[in-house]
Amino acid sequence: MSRFVRIAGALSPVAAVAVSFLVGGLVVMAIGESPLRVYAILVRGAFGSVDALGYVLFNACPLIFTGLAVAFAFRAGLFNIGGEGQLYVGAFACTWVGLRVGGLPPALVIPLLVLASAAGGALWAAGPGYLKARFGVHEVINTIMMNFIAVGLTSYLVINVFKEPGQMTPQTAEIAASGHLPRLAGALQAVGIPLSDANPLNASILIALAAVWAAWYILRRTTLGYEIRAVGLNAKAAECAGINVKRTIVLSMLISGAFAGLVATNEVMGFRHRYLDNFSAQVGFMGIAVALLGKNTPLGVLLAALLFGILNTGALEVDVFTDVPRELILVLQAVTIILVVVANEVLARRIRAREAGGAAERPVEEAA
Amino acid sequence: MIRRAIIAFMLLALLAASGCGSDGPAEQGDRYRVGMVFDVGGKGDKSFNDSAYRGLLNAADDFGVEHTEFEPGQDADREIGLRKLAQARYDVIIGVGFLFSDSIKKVAIDYPDIHFACVDYDVRPGEELPRNLAGLRFREEEGSFLVGVLAAMHTKTGRIGFVGGMDIPLIHKFEAGYIAGARYVTPGISVTVAYTGTTPLAFADPAKGKELALLQYGRGVDVIYHASGSTGNGVIEAARETGKFAIGVDSNQNYMAPGHVLSSMVKRVDNAVYRIIKDSYEDTFVGGVTELGLAEDGVGYAIDQHNEILVTDEMIKTVEKARSAIVAGDIEVPTD
Repeated sequence: MSRFVRIAGALSPVAAVAVSFLVGGLVVMAIGESPLRVYAILVRGAFGSVDALGYVLFNACPLIFTGLAVAFAFRAGLFNIGGEGQLYVGAFACTWVGLRVGGLPPALVIPLLVLASAAGGALWAAGPGYLKARFGVHEVINTIMMNFIAVGLTSYLVINVFKEPGQMTPQTAEIAASGHLPRLAGALQAVGIPLSDANPLNASILIALAAVWAAWYILRRTTLGYEIRAVGLNAKAAECAGINVKRTIVLSMLISGAFAGLVATNEVMGFRHRYLDNFSAQVGFMGIAVALLGKNTPLGVLLAALLFGILNTGALEVDVFTDVPRELILVLQAVTIILVVVANEVLARRIRAREAGGAAERPVEEAA
Repeated sequence: MIRRAIIAFMLLALLAASGCGSDGPAEQGDRYRVGMVFDVGGKGDKSFNDSAYRGLLNAADDFGVEHTEFEPGQDADREIGLRKLAQARYDVIIGVGFLFSDSIKKVAIDYPDIHFACVDYDVRPGEELPRNLAGLRFREEEGSFLVGVLAAMHTKTGRIGFVGGMDIPLIHKFEAGYIAGARYVTPGISVTVAYTGTTPLAFADPAKGKELALLQYGRGVDVIYHASGSTGNGVIEAARETGKFAIGVDSNQNYMAPGHVLSSMVKRVDNAVYRIIKDSYEDTFVGGVTELGLAEDGVGYAIDQHNEILVTDEMIKTVEKARSAIVAGDIEVPTD
């Protein structure tokens, strides 16, 4: 691929965002609000202060994990839409361990809880991975079904077994203080960045960045990563080349589930310090959009999650300070997501067609 | 190429235009300002949230206060949204629903000079509230007892039903009071109980509510009490369709299907919200937990032109007798 196509391909999501903002503006106009005013508030909500930027990163953090989960499995040719269930099980495992490690020091508890989160998510992805590898059962069906089971099971356990006594709120008691991830406000203030103490941004964002690096490293620098990409491009060819396809499928689902499970580091260890029933608000499904927009590359996922973090944070500001109804914000977000994905694809194709002329279609998975 | 240039230009223009926005959240007028944050289901649920909103609108009329409201999309937005209102120096900030309990307490501690209130505050045993936070709690079981009496006296089949929203202790209070009220009239009465779900979304699923109600009506139940937010709109719709009866909740829902809503267990969230705004406005705000039951007119049952033909004098007499007994402490209403 020529340098030009590479750059244009990378820029096409940017152009798509611009188009979607124009269409979104028309929607806002249609209900009689000024798009400029609404966008101004949206931008102020996301960039208006240091605290706003803290919220953006806080909101982007879980999307980085679920985006990586979808993207990673996708590279092996698997469509893991079970992120929602995997993150619930990861968060529940994290909380379960966190409730039982009272006397231990943070240096021990924090790695343990991170491990529990990842293990919970991996466990929930293991079943669909195994069924796919062993019987060829489609992972889309199984991961969706596992979502229902996870939601029902965790709800049942929280409400009937682990609920804090005497409370209405369907949540567990607080996990051990040694398992709380530190908030970043203190550290940032020390270097002159005035993030307020109340800002929920916490060390989980560092784990998310490490996860982005880890995903890149596994995919590009290890034999397993090579095998995963080979299986994703053409499983039959990979098998002929001597790659153990079944093992690769199971492993990539396990790693994918582990990424989803790590959402617990932000929600349980970093923010609420409890398991709240149904806390996720579709973060697992948003991961699909994040991965699509990020073209299934770790760096792309990071950028796409940041964009969604900006939209979510800005949307709250619009929600709080304008009369634009909440439904419109949902429409705006959905329009943005659809257009970003469609426009991204259309633009990429046009550029490819123009550039390649008569040359044969190449696989898209080139950049990383 | 030109197309890309145009798009890039538009993007820049938009960004530039957006950056010029000047109306900050911190602009403070002379008027008293109230912020309200809704529970799942939000404004327009014709039930719990709307009751709170009515209280806000009444206060706005009487005291000329300015107000803003929103419904958080995700859990973390509850705390962040409350903080945004506090940073913008709203004078009173009200969270509607027990899901706000933890977040509103945190924010109230950080902003001691702003008044906060939380409807259905989920108080922990022995918990102290900050002085600027009012936790409003209702004895829903007492009002539910009274509509249970009505249901038992009105049923022709001897079978009544209950449709709850989320399967949690708060809604169990409605169920327990209702059953106790029905048994007060007919000790052996059959009560069919169903819950919509285990998540907060169970309060916003009218289709499921209708389905559950039709199922119960099909089995011979002829009066169903719902405690399920906007899910109950489906229950009332099912009553209208089958010619049976429903009992509304939180707001007076008698008008929603005249002749088919036997009564409504009104939870006067509106009065409580109005009261909080009034107290804050007149500088007589007192923090802490307040319990509102029959004695305080915090709960009750609704009689109006839409249901007066359904409720006989004898029913009223029995209900009023039960009310006095509860207020006097002669009847202890169970909560679970």
